[in-house]
Amino acid sequence: MLEHYLSLFLTAVFVENLALAFFLGMCTFLAVSKTVKTALGLGLAVIVIQTITIPANHLLYTYFLQPGAMVWIDPSYADVDLSFLGLISYIGVIAAMVQILEMTLDRYFPPLYATLGIFLPLITVNCAILGGSLFMVERGYSHSESIVFGFGTGFGWALALVGLAGIREKLKYSDVPPGLRGLGITFITVGLMSLAFMSFAGIQL
Amino acid sequence: MPPPKPRQALLDPIFNNNPIALQVLGICSALAVTVQFETALVMSIAVILVTAFSSASVSLIRTRIPTNIRIIVQMTIIASLVILVDQFLRAYLFEVSRQLSVFVGLIITNCIVMGRAEGFAMKNNVLLSFLDGAGNGLGYAAILLVVAFFRELLGSGSLYGYQLLALAGNEGGWYVRNGLMLLPPSAFFLIGLIIWALRTWKPEQVEES
Repeated sequence: MLEHYLSLFLTAVFVENLALAFFLGMCTFLAVSKTVKTALGLGLAVIVIQTITIPANHLLYTYFLQPGAMVWIDPSYADVDLSFLGLISYIGVIAAMVQILEMTLDRYFPPLYATLGIFLPLITVNCAILGGSLFMVERGYSHSESIVFGFGTGFGWALALVGLAGIREKLKYSDVPPGLRGLGITFITVGLMSLAFMSFAGIQL
Repeated sequence: MPPPKPRQALLDPIFNNNPIALQVLGICSALAVTVQFETALVMSIAVILVTAFSSASVSLIRTRIPTNIRIIVQMTIIASLVILVDQFLRAYLFEVSRQLSVFVGLIITNCIVMGRAEGFAMKNNVLLSFLDGAGNGLGYAAILLVVAFFRELLGSGSLYGYQLLALAGNEGGWYVRNGLMLLPPSAFFLIGLIIWALRTWKPEQVEES
C-alpha cells in the first residue's frame, strides 16, 4: 500500500511534472523565476494550496457533483448529475481557499505572510492548481490518493520553478543573441529542462 | 492613453503586441494541445470566442461592478462561458474534446482572458473590448497554429490528419518521423524560435537584460 502512494508521489513529482510535462502554471512559472529567493516563496505557497485544494475538491466532487453523489442527503436524488458545474465550483473553492489561507497567515503567522503574501493572489489564476483538480477528477483518485497527488504535484511544480530560477541566475552572465534575450532563451531553457525530466518516464517502483 | 481605433484593437495583438510572444500570457494551455493541427484549431476557436465574449460582457457591466469583488465577477463570467464551450464540444465534437481533456477547462485560468478583462475591458466600451478580445484570441491562435503546423508535419508527416509525407516503412515511403516533435519539449523550442524570429523582424520588442 505504501509503495503505491510512494509511486504515485514520485510519478507526480518527476514523470508527470505539471510544469514540464503538461505546461501548467507557465505564466507564473516564467514570470516569477528570476531569482531563487522569490521562487522558493512561491513554490512553498503552491505546495500548501495544492495539498489543501485537491482533497477539498475531491470531497466536493464525491459528495455533490458526480452523478448520483447526493444520495446521502436523500435517496430520491440518485439521478441528479451536477458534474457540469465542476469548473465553476473548483475555481470557487480555489479562490476561497487562497483567501482563507491569506487571512490565516496574516492573523497567526505574520512573518510567513510577509514572505508569501504577494504570491497568494497570483495562485488563484495559476493553471497548475485548477489543472491538478481536473486531473484528479479525470483519473478518479480515491481521497487518500488525492492528498498524495496534491502534495506531489505541488512539490514537483515548486522543484521545477526553483530549478529554473537557479539556471536563470547563472544565465545573466552569458552572452545571448539580442532577439533571444529574456523570454526567448527562457523558453529554450525550459525545453531542455523538460527534456531532462522526460528521462524519468517509465520509472516504476 | 487614448482608446485605440477599432482596427488597431483587433490587429495589434497579432504581431505588434502578441499575448504569447511579448506579454507572456496564456502559455499554460497553449503548448499541450499543439501535437495535432486539429486540436490546436479547436482550442484556438474556443479561446477566441471566450476572450471576445468575456471582454464584451465585462465591459457591458463595467460601471456596475464593485471594485473589491471585480476578480470574482470576472471569474464567474469567464467560467460560465467556458462551461458553455465545454458542453458544446462534448455534445458535437466528442473525439476532440476527449483529446483536449482538461485543457478546455483551463481556459478559465488562461491569463489572456483574465488579463484582457482586467486590463482593457474595464476601461473601454463594448465594441472595442469585443474587438480587443477577439484580436488577442487571434494572436494566441496564430502562435498555436504555427507551432501545431510544425509539430504535426515534422512529427507525424501529416497535416490536419491527412498524410502529406509518406512515412518510411513497409509501404515504401521516405520520411522518417521526428519523435522529438511529439514530445512536450519541442513546443518550448518552437516558441523560443518563433520569439527569436519575431524579435529579429521587429527589433523594438527586444528585452534589455
